[in-house]
Amino acid sequence: MPERLRDLLAIEPLTAEQITFLLDEAKPFQEFQRHPLKKLATLRGKTAALAFFEPSTRTRISFATAASRLGADTMNLQAESSSLSKGESLLDTVRTLDAMKPDCIVMRHSSSGAAAFVASRLEIPIINAGDGMHEHPTQALLDALTVRDRRGSLAGLRVAIIGDILHSRVARSNLQLLGKFGCQFTLCGPAMWVPREFECANQSVRRTSRIEEALEGADMVIVLRVQQERLHEPKLPLDEYILLYQLTPERLRLAGPEALVLHPGPMIRGLEIDPAVADGPQSCVLEQVTNGLAVRMALLFLLIGGGSESDPPKGSTHAAD
Amino acid sequence: MLPIKPTLPIKPTLRIKNGRVIDPASGTDAVLDVWLEGDRIARVAPPARGEDGDKNGADRAQAETLDATGLIIAPGFIDLHCHLREPGFESSETIETGTRAAACGGFTAVCPMPNTRPVNDSASVTRGILERAATASVRVWPIGAASAGSRGEALAEIAAMHKAGIVAVSDDGKPIATTKLLRQVMDYCRALDLPVIDHCEDASLFAGAVMREGRQSVRLGLRGMPAATESVAVSRDVQIAELTECRLHIAHLSARASLELVRSAKQRGMRVTCEVTPHHFTLCDDDVGYDTHFKMNPPLASAEDRAALIEGLADGTVDAIATDHAPHEPASKDVEFDRAPFGVTGFETALALALELVHAGRLSLARVVELFTTGPARVLGRGRRIAEGEPADLTLFSTEHEWTFRASESASKSRNTPFDGRQFRGAPMATVVAGRVVYRREV
Repeated sequence: MPERLRDLLAIEPLTAEQITFLLDEAKPFQEFQRHPLKKLATLRGKTAALAFFEPSTRTRISFATAASRLGADTMNLQAESSSLSKGESLLDTVRTLDAMKPDCIVMRHSSSGAAAFVASRLEIPIINAGDGMHEHPTQALLDALTVRDRRGSLAGLRVAIIGDILHSRVARSNLQLLGKFGCQFTLCGPAMWVPREFECANQSVRRTSRIEEALEGADMVIVLRVQQERLHEPKLPLDEYILLYQLTPERLRLAGPEALVLHPGPMIRGLEIDPAVADGPQSCVLEQVTNGLAVRMALLFLLIGGGSESDPPKGSTHAAD
Repeated sequence: MLPIKPTLPIKPTLRIKNGRVIDPASGTDAVLDVWLEGDRIARVAPPARGEDGDKNGADRAQAETLDATGLIIAPGFIDLHCHLREPGFESSETIETGTRAAACGGFTAVCPMPNTRPVNDSASVTRGILERAATASVRVWPIGAASAGSRGEALAEIAAMHKAGIVAVSDDGKPIATTKLLRQVMDYCRALDLPVIDHCEDASLFAGAVMREGRQSVRLGLRGMPAATESVAVSRDVQIAELTECRLHIAHLSARASLELVRSAKQRGMRVTCEVTPHHFTLCDDDVGYDTHFKMNPPLASAEDRAALIEGLADGTVDAIATDHAPHEPASKDVEFDRAPFGVTGFETALALALELVHAGRLSLARVVELFTTGPARVLGRGRRIAEGEPADLTLFSTEHEWTFRASESASKSRNTPFDGRQFRGAPMATVVAGRVVYRREV
């Protein structure tokens, strides 16, 4: 078993071995989602604080559900109701949360590095649920779990990532994770959103502004959301984006019938993705959501499960609680 | 009846003995004694041996002695760029604490930028600063705002501030907002023979960015600004300086492209000068993580740009090392990276960081002394030398003294330095301002 994790702040510092271990740990929780009674007592008495300083629906619900199915309680802090709007610093806010003695803090924040900053000041485990444009590690883990299930292995896959890569924490975490398994990447989007520094950082990454070139021979396609309002940046006409970068059935054919389509959500049909692709057989979108629960349950279990005294569930050994 | 100035005798008040005098103005590099009389240098002479001291005409009995054996005696260091935060932001720094830190860094004169509250844009604010500075550890040479409130609209009271004692104008913290305003300020300052110091930055490229754009900004997911953010503005400024024939000084220059613009302006004979900060020639963007003590503006440059800056320091393109000492109270820096204010402290580490370049063979010792003395003096149209009759401002330093910088022991009110815990070889050992020893390092 690889070195025990204290926090999950980013994929970057993890080894392929640690990632494989996390994915393996998620396996039993995947099966568990199919059970009629979805409640374990594993983390009974434990509390996960969910601190979302940026609006989020799916990730917050996913973590809350994961905690609940493990028997843990949750404390919820949402940006709109938090004292941040009253001018309190992030540090004071999380210290207040910490004083209520949760067992971990799951946090999302619009500032890159916010989770690392909090982790450096508090003792308890911090799980990064997305920090600015930096990383979204649980998203990459659930993507990897999804793809590994379908393809059997992550090794050496050809990955196309389409969209606004510069501003995407999902892209960064996926580049980090899949890069550790020898995957090859083609990054594709409007040139100002695909900085050449990604290429320099890693030999197995190339850029293109032509989607056809990116899709050709791809084993998996990650479609990113187009964020329409960007502070400080001139807008791109959406029609232009649709014309050049929408993932359509015709374009997807270039990647072949086995290629998988992933989207981190929220997805805007008719913008970055054609509805026929979103609902088609190659789409993994709903599996991603279910796997998100499994990955987050595994993570909560590993980080706050108290180690040896409680074992992960094996098949049907769940407590009816 | 007025005495024709005799060679002898003098009544020295302080004898600094046996130090290696490096005086760039005269090209002196020799072991000498420096005798001070009141606030002036009275004599510079070969070390007196034994009882022969009296042959210099100095009445040794009355003079205190500072033994400078093994030390460099340099003209007093000048810092062209700092923020003393007073008036208005005294929780971060005051004229008293800031100048004390400056003295610890070997500086004998510092030029505080006008971005205080109120902004130093009128003679009354300038006079207030100078009144507070009367009891400060080192000389304070204020820089006045170029525009009223540094708002980039109307001109500030530049001539009145000039009379009150400012040495240059700048809207530092931000660039002089429009090219039209810059042109007016430069026309006006040309007539007053005041240098215009500009913080060069293209506002739209800068907007929202918190570090230099590059591999590291992409990796960290922090918004980056390209080097052109600075050099585009330097290009504008050089062209307007050419048009107006005004003296232009580029603050905290950080990019190779900017340096090349300055180099070519100098080759054309223009009065364009520039400064580089110790953090920009020491660190680069690869050193940036989420530690807000590495966040400053301009941001740390690429390693390639840093190499170009060091080359510019060595070949004379860069005129001065300036600290851009920018204190911020601890709580303001203990936040998310993108919410933290820009700026790091710099007085106490500047010389030691420059000496790192000397030890690495990148810069000569004589050049380092120039960059802290005659270089910045020339930017302000002044001289700086160790000679009879000159103000007794001297910086004594060691190139070998080993020490560790501890932010917690800093004389500054603030702690925002990226160099906490850094081990140094070489340090300021004593600072003399107007004949008074204002700082002596404990050893």
